[in-house]
Amino acid sequence: MNDHPLVACHECDLLHRIHSLPEGSAAKCTRCGSTLYTHKADSLDRTIAFVIAGLILFVLSNAYPLLILKKEGLFQEATLIQGVFELYRQNMWGLSGLVFLTCILVPGFQLTGLLYVLLPLKFNRVSWMSAHVFRLVRKLQPWGMMEVFMLGILVSIVKLAKMASIVPGLSLYSFGFLIFVLAGAVTFLDPHLVWDHLDKNR
Amino acid sequence: MKPQAMTARNATLLNCPSCHLLSRGPTDENQRMIHCPRCGERLHYRKPNSIGRTWALVISAFIFYIPANLLPIMTVTSFGKTQSDTILSGVIYFIKTGMWPIALVIFVASVFVPLVKLFILTFLLISVKKRTSWRPVDRTRLYRITEAIGRWSMVDIYVVTILAALVKLGALASIEAGPAAVHFAVVVVITMIAAMSFDPRIIWDNIENA
Repeated sequence: MNDHPLVACHECDLLHRIHSLPEGSAAKCTRCGSTLYTHKADSLDRTIAFVIAGLILFVLSNAYPLLILKKEGLFQEATLIQGVFELYRQNMWGLSGLVFLTCILVPGFQLTGLLYVLLPLKFNRVSWMSAHVFRLVRKLQPWGMMEVFMLGILVSIVKLAKMASIVPGLSLYSFGFLIFVLAGAVTFLDPHLVWDHLDKNR
Repeated sequence: MKPQAMTARNATLLNCPSCHLLSRGPTDENQRMIHCPRCGERLHYRKPNSIGRTWALVISAFIFYIPANLLPIMTVTSFGKTQSDTILSGVIYFIKTGMWPIALVIFVASVFVPLVKLFILTFLLISVKKRTSWRPVDRTRLYRITEAIGRWSMVDIYVVTILAALVKLGALASIEAGPAAVHFAVVVVITMIAAMSFDPRIIWDNIENA
């Protein structure tokens, strides 16, 4: 039995009774068609696996250079954080803060936050302030823009191709994987399930 | 009289925007601030002052959109020659050099998406103001689109960041971010907040009251 047999649609406010769904299906609002809740297979295990993989890739992506530029015997390599510093140096501190926030701080917080909330749940425990951490992770979702950054890298490569020769760095590959791993983590995450678990183990 | 739709508000239930828990609400919303007992989020029947806030943000975004497109987004210095690029001149450069797909990506992400998003939000605001009951499902879908596409406009900002970090070859070549980058980032951030502050449930409130 569910403690909260009703759910309200987020986009049109219509109330629906919660029914148990077969695995892999989603309940949609009868009036506006937005997704109400889903039942994903092995949601917790799969999300944790993707989050751990994501953390490893995240560290790699930030530790190694993205691209290496070669021109007339000169080498120049750049990591993401160097880009942030370079904007700061050019007195674009707002811009540099935005890039830092959307590409480093938010994705990093989301990955560690998810692990912090989900791993104890796996063992039927709840870590300190879990509900608040999970709420913040969900709220920051739109501000993590790694996949957009990846597109930015591809455009930059094409743009520079005429100017100099470009060698992709290790971080470029780990970034590429990270996008898919992050998308996987988001796809397998079932927020309703997490909230139910948090409720039960409180 | 039409039977009242069974919405959370009609049942005096507050729907938590972050954890979906329904809490019993007061009959008068202005009584006091209510927080979700499960996750601590602030609860409202509808997002507070949604229409006014969204209008203000949409209008500011329209204003910032102009310098974002007119001013240079980056300055390339190569062998002592300095050249400034706007977003559109970048697109034209790619078309001229035959790189159509990249030109299309930049045009869609930087010029088309922000405008479409602003026009959709303006349209939704006007439709809500007029209390129309015209195609609510499609209008809700339009809202969902604006929420999803806005982030892709950040592409140009990231391109400038990467180029600035990478092209620092002293006298040979260097790239600096231009003022349009700042204006453009403001447009993206403001339109994202505008989409978040619009409450699609108002579309449906008007249907019930029609």
